[in-house]
This record gives sequence, C-alpha cells and structure tokens, in this order.
Amino acid sequence: MNYTLKEMMTLVAAREIRNGDIVFCGTGISMLAAMAAKNINAPESVIFFETGAVDSKLEDLPLAVGDSRIMYRASSNGGLLDAFATMQNRFTGERILGILGAAQIDIYGNLNSTVLGDYHEPSVRFAGSGGACDVASFVSRSIVFMKQEKRKFKIKLDYLTSPGYLDGPDGRENAGLPKGGPHRVITDMGVMGFDDKTKRMFLEGYYPGVTPEDILERMEFEIDISRAGEVLPPTPAELTLLREKCDPDRLIL
Amino acid sequence: MKTNTHKVMGLKEAMEKYVKDGCHLSIGGFTINRNPMAAVYEIIRQQTKNIHLYAHSNGQGVDELVGAGCVSCLEIAYGGMGKFASTCIRFRKAIEEKKIKVEDYSNYQMTLRFLAGSMGIAFLPTRSSLGTDIIEKWGFPIEFREENSRLPDKKLVVLENPFGTWCDTKRVVLVPAINPDVTIIHVQKADYLGNCRIEGLTFADVEQAKAAKTLIITCEELLDDDYLKNEPDRNQIPFIHAGAVVHLPYGAYPTACYQYYDYDPVYLKEYVKRAKDDTQYRSYIEERILKHQTHSDLLDAIGRRRLEMISADKNRGYAKNLDRR
Repeated sequence: MNYTLKEMMTLVAAREIRNGDIVFCGTGISMLAAMAAKNINAPESVIFFETGAVDSKLEDLPLAVGDSRIMYRASSNGGLLDAFATMQNRFTGERILGILGAAQIDIYGNLNSTVLGDYHEPSVRFAGSGGACDVASFVSRSIVFMKQEKRKFKIKLDYLTSPGYLDGPDGRENAGLPKGGPHRVITDMGVMGFDDKTKRMFLEGYYPGVTPEDILERMEFEIDISRAGEVLPPTPAELTLLREKCDPDRLIL
Repeated sequence: MKTNTHKVMGLKEAMEKYVKDGCHLSIGGFTINRNPMAAVYEIIRQQTKNIHLYAHSNGQGVDELVGAGCVSCLEIAYGGMGKFASTCIRFRKAIEEKKIKVEDYSNYQMTLRFLAGSMGIAFLPTRSSLGTDIIEKWGFPIEFREENSRLPDKKLVVLENPFGTWCDTKRVVLVPAINPDVTIIHVQKADYLGNCRIEGLTFADVEQAKAAKTLIITCEELLDDDYLKNEPDRNQIPFIHAGAVVHLPYGAYPTACYQYYDYDPVYLKEYVKRAKDDTQYRSYIEERILKHQTHSDLLDAIGRRRLEMISADKNRGYAKNLDRR
C-alpha cells in the first residue's frame, strides 16, 4: 500500500503512545497522531488539551486546540488553569506524554518556536510558546515533530522557547526543572532518540529509501548513527484506520 | 422580571465608555473560539489607539486588533489560529516591522498572571520556563518598565524555593499579576445583572474576567433575572464582577461559540489570504468592518446561508457537516 511521508510520521508517533498514557497534543499532525494511537494501538490512551478538555471523543478532527470539536463527550471541560496544573502536578504529570513541534531544535532537544534571528529584531516571528514551554517543562516524556532541514537542526537556537535537556545530563536538574525531557524526534526522514547517559540526540531509525547519511546532511550538528535501523513502514491496517477513522476529509493528511 | 437593568447597554456605548485610548485590555476566548469579535470590530470602528493588550492564545481577536493599528504593546503566549494560520499574519508583520512592543510568556504563565490579578496578589509561582529564554530575554526595555507605572519593573523573577527542597522543588519562577482596565468576554448566556454561564471550555475567561477593573460581557442570550439562578452550579461568574452587559447574538463570529455556531472557515480563510498583503488588508478592514455600523450589518452582508452552514448541532455543539477543506 502506498503512503505519504505525513502518514508515516503520524503513525511512527502513534506507535510511541501506550495504553494509559495521557497524551497532550497541539494542532495538526500531533492531534492526528494521538487520534491514530487511540484508533490503532492504544485505545486506552487519553487525549488531553491545554485548553482544558480531558479524554475528548474526537469524532471529527479539530483544527485548533480551541476547536469546539474537542469539547464533545470529554470527561470534563475545564480551562487552561486546570490543564497546566494537571501537567505540573507530580502524580498526573508523570503519566503525560507531550507532542510538540518547533521551528528549530538542538542536540539536547531544546526547542525554538518564537523567532528567527535576534529576539529584538527578528527576521521571522512565529506564534511563540503557547503551552509548549509549559509542557516541555513539566511532563515526563515528549515527542517532537520536525522537518528534516539543516536550518532547523541547529548547533545554537536563535531563541530557547521550550526546555529539552538544556545543556546536558544535569541540565534540567541544575535549572530546577522536573525530570523528564524529550523522548523522540520524528521527522520526514527518520526518528531520533536521546542517549540515556549523555542526553544527546542519536539516530534511531531511517525510513525506507533514506540513508543515515541523507539525514546527517540535513543537520547542522553531528549525531551518532551507529544504532540506526530501518523503520517499519506503515501496515495496510494502520493506513486504513488512519485514513478512514481519523482524517477522512484529509484536513491534515 | 426585569429589574436593575442599568448594566445593559449597546456595544457602541460600552466600548466608548470603557475602552479608551491607552487602556489596558484583555479579551477572552482561545485561537478561533469564543473571541469577543463584535466588540473587537467596534473597537476598530472607533479607531481606539495605543491599547496595551494582554493575551494568552486569543488568536483571531488579537490579530485583528493588532492589524487595525489599535495596539501598541502586547503581552502574549501565542499568536496563532490553528490550521488557518500557524502564526497570526498581522501579529507577525507588526512584530517584524517593529510596530508594536511585545513581551513573551507561556500560556500557563499568562493564566497565572490573570489568576494573581483576580486574587489581589502581586505574583504567583510556577516551575515552567526555568532555563529558557522566556526568563533570559525581555521584550520591554527596562527603562520602559520603570517609566510606566502600570507595569512591574521586572518581566518575571526566579526564586530559590524558600521552603528548602519541599516538593522536590529547587526554585520557582514568579510571574507578576495582571489587572487590566477592561476585560471583554463573549459568553453563551448572561442575565441583566451580569451573571454568566459559559458552556464548554472556559479557557482563561473566568480569571481574565475577575482580574479586570471593568468586565464587559457580550452574550448570545440575555436572560431574565432568575433563569440562571435556577441552576447556579452551571454559572461561573457572578454579577458582582460585571460592569456592562451587551446582548449580541453571533458576537463571537467569525470565531466559534460552542452549542451555538462553529467558526466560519470561509471567512477565516479569506481573512488569512487578505491579511498577507497590506493593500488587500486595508480593503478587508474597510469592507468587513468600517463599512458596517453594527455587527448585525456585518452578519447581513455575510448572509443567512453562511450562518446556517455554521449553525451548531444541538447534541454536538459544533456544525458536524461543515465543509472545512
């Protein structure tokens, strides 16, 4: 069965979601990945939004985290205050998996979603943190969606919006952040993890038809590729459920 | 029974009375949902200038106020409209062209700032943003803060946990309270006194409402005194906070209002397209906002058919079959 890169990325992220995970998702592909996991491999995962909806049914794909579609048949419809407190809460925060995206990422998984260039004279302005910095600060694991481009995998970020491991293994603790940090980076060419000891990014997998060298060429910094293997392509069953159940109008796909 | 109706007024009158040049304003809603758009458009019609605007992720309303040149300073967490525009177009332009001053916080920080304001306390702590540029880089120059008595001298403060290692916490970030002159929210139901019922997600509306010196409520339905008091458990804001109540069906249009109508994808797409070009944007403001005397004139121009398309299904709260492609 043929598939697109967007479908591959969505399903690779969905496979990281486990039953019992509380999944924080943003707009677009991250929402679709959470819906895919719920429909395919983790029916007992819980979808959760910064706007305050918990365990939304998501009969129809929301186009923003403020979309009324997230309010339908939720366990509760609260507000921002509840949602972020749930992430900062030490008992529930541990069970939350965050899904984020960014304009730039560095080797420790720190993210920029604020500006390109100098903060005071930006060449490009983005939306800003929103809830991303809060999620990255609080939750135990996060997945980051990125486009595999040299200008996005940066030695030094133009602005550090959301904390990864900051400057290394003790970075979060030294800063005073809770444990946690990025778990996977999923791009249109492969998947990266973070080394347990050094907390530096390494290549975990590459998609069929892509080589580790292709990926390295599209990064400003070097990462370890010795552990990388080919990522399993989407199965027909996964693709059918994704297309028919999650995004039949192809609003994201 | 209609008693004590002195808070009920027209939109034009409410904006003239409370939203003045240079005022500190916050608006409710989130990205493309329940923004008080009729009020935003009236502020644009009145050409109010130099507004100091506080926002978490109030996408469409913020972008239109910024785009129309009403805003000089913006404290914000996120300027985006979901799938319609991952970064709000006029917000982005205004910052890149240095037409407004901007200060970045996170969504939780902005929410805590409104909560602190609503509690009458100077600041609240969080663990969010430690180690990031949200702490390191300040948008408002320090002299600007010091000269402006309406702003705290600092963007935020990092504090060692005064309780030692209690709760495994080494240090916290203190975020300063916000007390806007005016908060405007759009709700589903309000009564003549200003009791409010928000259906669905409240976003940060309740904190924003209670932090303000004056709260202006626009509502889909304006009800008699006792209706909302029959089910007080479903009401979030009691009338004691309310300064003005304006009856405004479709007051959140073109953003959504849960249980009443969806966002209008046609309008929002057209907006995004025209916002990208200065000339086209000026004609957008002229044609969609300035040309109309009232919000209902805009709705008439949009036409009944479009409004029917976004009408919410009763058991879902949104328009199930809306074409959003």
